[in-house]
Amino acid sequence: MGSGHSSHLHVDGDTPLHRLPPHVKLLALLTFVLAVVAVPSPAHGVLLGLLLLAVALLATTRVAPRHLAPRLAVETPFAIFALVLPFVATGPRVELGPLTVSEPGLAAAVALLLKGTTGVVAAVAFAVTTRPRDLVRALQHLRVPDPLVLIASFMVRYVDVVADQLRRMRVARLSRGFSGRSVRSWPVLAAGTGALFIRSYERGERVHLAMVSRGWNGRMPVTHPLTATRGQWALAALPTLVAVAAAIGARLSS
Amino acid sequence: MHVPDGFLDAPTSVGTAVVAGGVVALSLARASRRELDERTAPLAGLVAVFVFAAQMVNFPVGAGTSGHLIGAVLAAVLVGPATATLCLTVVLGVQAFLFADGGVTALGTNVVLMGLAAVWVGYGVSRAVVAVLPTRPASVPFAAAAGALVSVPAAALVFVGLYAVGGAAPIPLDTLATAMGTWHLLIGVGEAVITFLAVGSIVAARPDLVHLARGRMPALELRTPEHVA
Repeated sequence: MGSGHSSHLHVDGDTPLHRLPPHVKLLALLTFVLAVVAVPSPAHGVLLGLLLLAVALLATTRVAPRHLAPRLAVETPFAIFALVLPFVATGPRVELGPLTVSEPGLAAAVALLLKGTTGVVAAVAFAVTTRPRDLVRALQHLRVPDPLVLIASFMVRYVDVVADQLRRMRVARLSRGFSGRSVRSWPVLAAGTGALFIRSYERGERVHLAMVSRGWNGRMPVTHPLTATRGQWALAALPTLVAVAAAIGARLSS
Repeated sequence: MHVPDGFLDAPTSVGTAVVAGGVVALSLARASRRELDERTAPLAGLVAVFVFAAQMVNFPVGAGTSGHLIGAVLAAVLVGPATATLCLTVVLGVQAFLFADGGVTALGTNVVLMGLAAVWVGYGVSRAVVAVLPTRPASVPFAAAAGALVSVPAAALVFVGLYAVGGAAPIPLDTLATAMGTWHLLIGVGEAVITFLAVGSIVAARPDLVHLARGRMPALELRTPEHVA
């Protein structure tokens, strides 16, 4: 679910993951999770090992678990799907206590939970150690097309401003006696969403004019180019190499 | 509602990422030609922020539960489909990388589902509906609602198709399609109602900002009081 993003996850710190350049970290995250997804589903032990590796990586960030726990909740809808899977999937049946469930469904459900959790844990480890601004710099460095980088940069810059506006509109509604508990409140909430669009759009116009008056020519200047040493690349490649080796090993032995 | 890592196998994830890359490239070309130029990037950025913020508004359904807007058709109707694709792509990317919402390897899948299927199917339906309705700004919210209604089950059925190619477990596809289609049709009804109300309020206040209302605005006429002339 996309709801409940009050603010981004980044937490300041000085750990190896915090110090890695963002473009290196981004590539490491993508390749690591892709390798985890490529592990064949029946290899539950391998997947569990990779999940523990991701948890260990997250632990090196020294971010308080209480800050992380709500983030891991984004998985809930798919955890429910995974729990239903053994009952609806086809294939040979197997006894599980008092229940009879589909064997491939059960195997897939366990693999799905392990892979999904590994992905979330790895992404949280990235998110808590990377400033939103650095994500944009990494995208720019990795030659993502300019318009997308620009949209992303305005998004991370103004998301808190617009979220604040949304909060003020909510306070204004509440202080006028509004209580949204049923479908009857939808016209008010939807009109508020419409007003938010007009305000965001007009803010965009003001930002654009302000930028033009300061010499904007359609390109963001790169003031501090990103660099990475061989050591940093090697460090970032370690989890990926472990996951690739695990995926190949599990494929050969299955 | 974002697909996490491991839901689809690695080849399917890479395949959808390639498709998503192509869609984004086409949208970049179309957006710069028809909907925005590079000067207006701040506008597109603020529209992306709006989509992100609009997803944070909880709409109570009753019994303590609530849902939220997906906003694909809302964005497409307001700023045009190509810009909407770009904005949703950025929103999904930021959600995956900064909020761990939606798998990073499933980013391509999520872009295909929401940035491609929901935006373009929904916008196509909206265009078709608005073409048969009277040429007035008041027709636009109805067309937007029709597009929003179709967009959610369309994305769900595309997901079923992807699951058929690279799904994790053997599920009878007709069961999955029926369950996903029915459930998402219900979500689509909610999406349609909210989109109708939101677009209606924007058309009433600033019809000039609504992409789908272009060409449907009453022509302004210059009136001069007779005693002045």
